[in-house]
Amino acid sequence: MINLFKIKGQKKDDAATANGKPAAKKQSPGELRLHKDIAELNLPKTTKISFPNGKDDLMNFETTIKPDEGYYVGGKFVFTFQVPPVYPHEPPKVKCKTKVYHPNIDLEGNVCLNILREDWKPVLNINTIVYGLNLLFSQPNDEDPLNHEAAAVLRDDPKKFEKNVQRAMAGGYVGETHFPRCV
Amino acid sequence: MASPDAEQAAPTEPARWRDLDMLLSRPGNLVAASFDPSPTLRDLLGSLVEVLVVGAGGLGCELLKDLALSGFKKLHVIDMDTIDVSNLNRQFLFRVQDVGKSKAEVAANRVMERVSGVNIVPHFCRIEDKEIEFYSQFHIIVLGLDSIEARSYINSVACGFLEYDSNDNPLEETVKPMVDGGTEGFKGHARVIIPGTTPCFECNIWLFPPQVKFPLCTLAETPRTAAHCIEYAHLIKWDEVHPGKPFDADDAEHMQWIYSEALKRAELFGISGVTYSLTQGVVKNIIPAIASTNAIISAACALEAFKLISGCSKNVSNYLTYNGLEGTHIKVTEFVRDKDCLVCGPGTLIELDTSSTLAEFIKMLEEHPKLRISKASVTHEGNNLYMQSPEVLEQMTRPNLSLPMFELLKEVPYATVHATGMAENNGKKVSSLRKLRVAFKGVGASKMDTAESS
Repeated sequence: MINLFKIKGQKKDDAATANGKPAAKKQSPGELRLHKDIAELNLPKTTKISFPNGKDDLMNFETTIKPDEGYYVGGKFVFTFQVPPVYPHEPPKVKCKTKVYHPNIDLEGNVCLNILREDWKPVLNINTIVYGLNLLFSQPNDEDPLNHEAAAVLRDDPKKFEKNVQRAMAGGYVGETHFPRCV
Repeated sequence: MASPDAEQAAPTEPARWRDLDMLLSRPGNLVAASFDPSPTLRDLLGSLVEVLVVGAGGLGCELLKDLALSGFKKLHVIDMDTIDVSNLNRQFLFRVQDVGKSKAEVAANRVMERVSGVNIVPHFCRIEDKEIEFYSQFHIIVLGLDSIEARSYINSVACGFLEYDSNDNPLEETVKPMVDGGTEGFKGHARVIIPGTTPCFECNIWLFPPQVKFPLCTLAETPRTAAHCIEYAHLIKWDEVHPGKPFDADDAEHMQWIYSEALKRAELFGISGVTYSLTQGVVKNIIPAIASTNAIISAACALEAFKLISGCSKNVSNYLTYNGLEGTHIKVTEFVRDKDCLVCGPGTLIELDTSSTLAEFIKMLEEHPKLRISKASVTHEGNNLYMQSPEVLEQMTRPNLSLPMFELLKEVPYATVHATGMAENNGKKVSSLRKLRVAFKGVGASKMDTAESS
């Protein structure tokens, strides 16, 4: 395959190649795929995206969701996305930066959304995740709780849940926990 | 050879290489077209060929030994890891007193002590820490890695050297072949990657099964297994108790904390089986390693490297899988390249005038018969030249539209850019991501120009 005698005479060629083409930082396949995802984003009107590190760092971005239906109307919730180099083989790490009273989001910002972990598939994309996050606000789910107190209230007393959500979003206490204002 | 001492001494030089010389000095029916059998071939192999071994762990130790005993004398090895006591059962170049030292450095020294005439240069660092240029000195790269991420990185570096002529044929002198080994318990693979000829790592990345991930809510609410308890402590409890402090899996104190938290949780839910080693296994995603699997896979890799370099026999084409779990099973599968692979594919050649602007370039993509990409977004080596959407990025990149591509690509004679947009495929508009080789007319003596005029 590789001719040893060719290798012998090759040293000079190597230098010539280096001259013509400076070695540049490679763009990982994950970055390229993400570039496609971002260029094709079709965000719902509830959602805005921003790139805190400027136009050339797509791997770290934020989305802001302002739900237009359900318990959380009027609130404003920021999610951070960290996209790994092996994307889309592995999903982005998504965290909720806004402290929220929500059955599927804990007080540390962990989000329980199946497509972010166990059901992630490389055919899914950033758009799918954004829609999934929106769904969490229009249909909070008491069956997969991360904040189980909130889930219990939602299940047993939806009226009280609604009040708790309002109180949390306005900046106040639900039980012992304080929530900063996010409306 | 009467005394017991003499019996244990290493074989004398010619004797050690006798079998190798037979392979290299005799013609055969399965040899490569370029194979030129000669008694001096082994010397050439040793003095000319530079081999990089990536990873000095279970496979790396075996690979260094196998390659050194196959006549390669100029080796480099790169590994960022230090030796852990748990490595010693199979990473046979290491001893108890080596624990804590660099794997690359100890492995290099041990092999050099045992095989005279071999020079191994260790690199105790991350593969990403090396300049791209570092990798260009090697004639072949042999991989003994355990992660998709690291393989993908080396693959993209090696394929990055690949250049094509104007007929989309790979230029031989730019081909950087790789042999990739991998093991997981009783199973393993060895594959030969010749960029531009056989599929690269990215062409077949879909072969890898997704990692098992537990739903967060199961961890938080209804743990059923010891692993659930460990992942709870690792993924949820750590951040709760240590806000802002990143978890470090290599810090024994951190691991101990995870272990004791997992144990508490397991007790609470009446689950048994949480141990310190299982905690390490789950958190670091450790798979049990079998020494013989490493030996078998490494032997296959070293042999493929040897055949690839010398041409003394046919290489596997191109993906060998070994399964020692149920009986013993070895199979070679010929995978095919993804012709549109973004990493190893030729991409579409586009010739530009130095005055062509980015806006004109985007219009060309729309009209190009092979592409017909409408509304293209364009990126070049991590530099977003133009994004059609979202609005924030469109605004930030819009000023580039009126600039000449030659300026945006830093005035090099040719460059690789990627474009995303809607392209027509069998009458249907589908989103596509394409690799484009841009060449500027009349700039430098680029290889493409030479190939075209000849």
